[in-house]
Amino acid sequence: MHRKRSGQWAAWTFIAPVAAYLLAFYAYPLYRNVDLSLRHYTVRSFVQGGAPFSGLDNYRTVVDDPTFWPALLHTLVFTAVSLAAQFAIGLALAVFFNRHFRLSATLRALFLVPWLLPLIVSASTWSWMLNSDSGIVNAVLGVAGIAPVNWLTSPDWALVSVIAANIWIGIPFNLVVLHSGLQAIPGHLYEAAALDGASSRQQFWRITFPLLRPVSLITLLLGLVYTLKVFDIIWIMTRGGPNGASTTLATWSYRLGFGNLLPQFGPGAAVGNLLIVIALACGLLYIRVQRRLA
Amino acid sequence: MSRLRTGIGLLLTGIMLFPVYWMVNVSLTRDQDMRKTPPNWFPLDATLDGYRAVLRQQLPYLGTSLLVGLGTVALTVLLAAPAGYSLAKLRPRGGGVVSFAFLIAQMIPGIIMAMGFYAIYLNLGVLNSWPGLILADSTLAVPFAVLVFTAFMAGIPDELLQAARTDGAGPWRTFTAIVMPVSRNAVVTVSLFAFLWAWSDFVFASTLDGGGTQRPITLGIYRYIGNNNQEWNAIMATAVVASIPATILLVAAQRFVATGVTAGAVKD
Repeated sequence: MHRKRSGQWAAWTFIAPVAAYLLAFYAYPLYRNVDLSLRHYTVRSFVQGGAPFSGLDNYRTVVDDPTFWPALLHTLVFTAVSLAAQFAIGLALAVFFNRHFRLSATLRALFLVPWLLPLIVSASTWSWMLNSDSGIVNAVLGVAGIAPVNWLTSPDWALVSVIAANIWIGIPFNLVVLHSGLQAIPGHLYEAAALDGASSRQQFWRITFPLLRPVSLITLLLGLVYTLKVFDIIWIMTRGGPNGASTTLATWSYRLGFGNLLPQFGPGAAVGNLLIVIALACGLLYIRVQRRLA
Repeated sequence: MSRLRTGIGLLLTGIMLFPVYWMVNVSLTRDQDMRKTPPNWFPLDATLDGYRAVLRQQLPYLGTSLLVGLGTVALTVLLAAPAGYSLAKLRPRGGGVVSFAFLIAQMIPGIIMAMGFYAIYLNLGVLNSWPGLILADSTLAVPFAVLVFTAFMAGIPDELLQAARTDGAGPWRTFTAIVMPVSRNAVVTVSLFAFLWAWSDFVFASTLDGGGTQRPITLGIYRYIGNNNQEWNAIMATAVVASIPATILLVAAQRFVATGVTAGAVKD
């Protein structure tokens, strides 16, 4: 009994710093954020304290704001389209790279580059590529006889552009995870299928796809949690504009809190908390699925 | 067949990496060619003006980023390695709750953390300082690090730890003399990603470190875009320089990168 108790002591001594850290740097900022969203803050009371409690006023303000529904819709479209495209392209590439050929490992490693670059680097590169007057994309389209498109400055295209950049950034993650999933499928299944005369299309739909389902599910859910959070790319490329055309909940929250001369911390925090609720719901789903698969 | 696949593979990689090539190409383009239609496909009249501008204007930013990156690595390993050991081998009561909390913590959008940090830092007066940025950036890496350390250290054979105990080593000695040296690969993976995330961070930098003199390179680029949107060669040159850590990582530590990407997503 004594031995067991001293074991617990040691176990908790090792874990105590990180537990304290968890409370101080996750729980407390989160608490501050909830507190921000429930009070009526001005710049003055933000610094000096003493902001009056205002209940759910900030949430009401936010939901009644004309930005709310478009921002929610953009968030959903951004997330759904990014996820679907990243997954489909990532899976196709994973299947392609699953066969060994000369340079396959090297090329697969090179595919990781977009994922490793700082987001500001990717976002500013895409900004310049999509520049209306001098961008390479419009130049290439011009050769094909297509009139220049205002990728980042037209309300019709801004969301499409940031989604394209985000897909590019997310493909490597899907490729790597799905590829490691493919590696776990025993090769003899394919040999047996080939002996039975199954075409490679049949092999994909009858063997690869079903056996990859657990890994696919995890990849998609992790991707979902990541994509909901995306802020940098959109903010750097369009700042959520023009006229809110590419505003998501994340960029809206930032703009409310930091983007204007007169910060609206309360509503900003309220939008942020709505985003947390959505992210956590997806996160809990992920944990559930992972537990069930493990 | 294999040669055909290599050919297709090269083509696909070329398409995928085109934006990276374009970044390098633009960084070498002369000012007067910048607005040309069509743009120069190859840097034939290359200029290093962009890189000269980086050396002139961005060195302090790079210094800050390096400092913040290394600080984040140190703090992350210091916090996460003991926790990983405890969770993997010492079975603390309530350990499951801690692991679960980290899983959840990872899902909180950075922008929300930033807003909370901002309120706290403002009151403490640590806005616009590199130690503040290290603390905030470490929240990007610590949950991942705990996950990696726990998974890795769970694989250390119990006999090894038992032997140390028989020789009279306490938990701390076992940790420093046996567990840490054996876990070198996990330390490398964690350090690489902690550095990369701190180096790449934009959300915390722009909210917590937007003013003052100790700004990181991501803000250096961001200010560039905002201020002089004419000098794209300088912007792209800064972007190229900011990409160096990622490049080194990929060349020197490829297998650790793959380990890190799949950590948590796929269980072996």
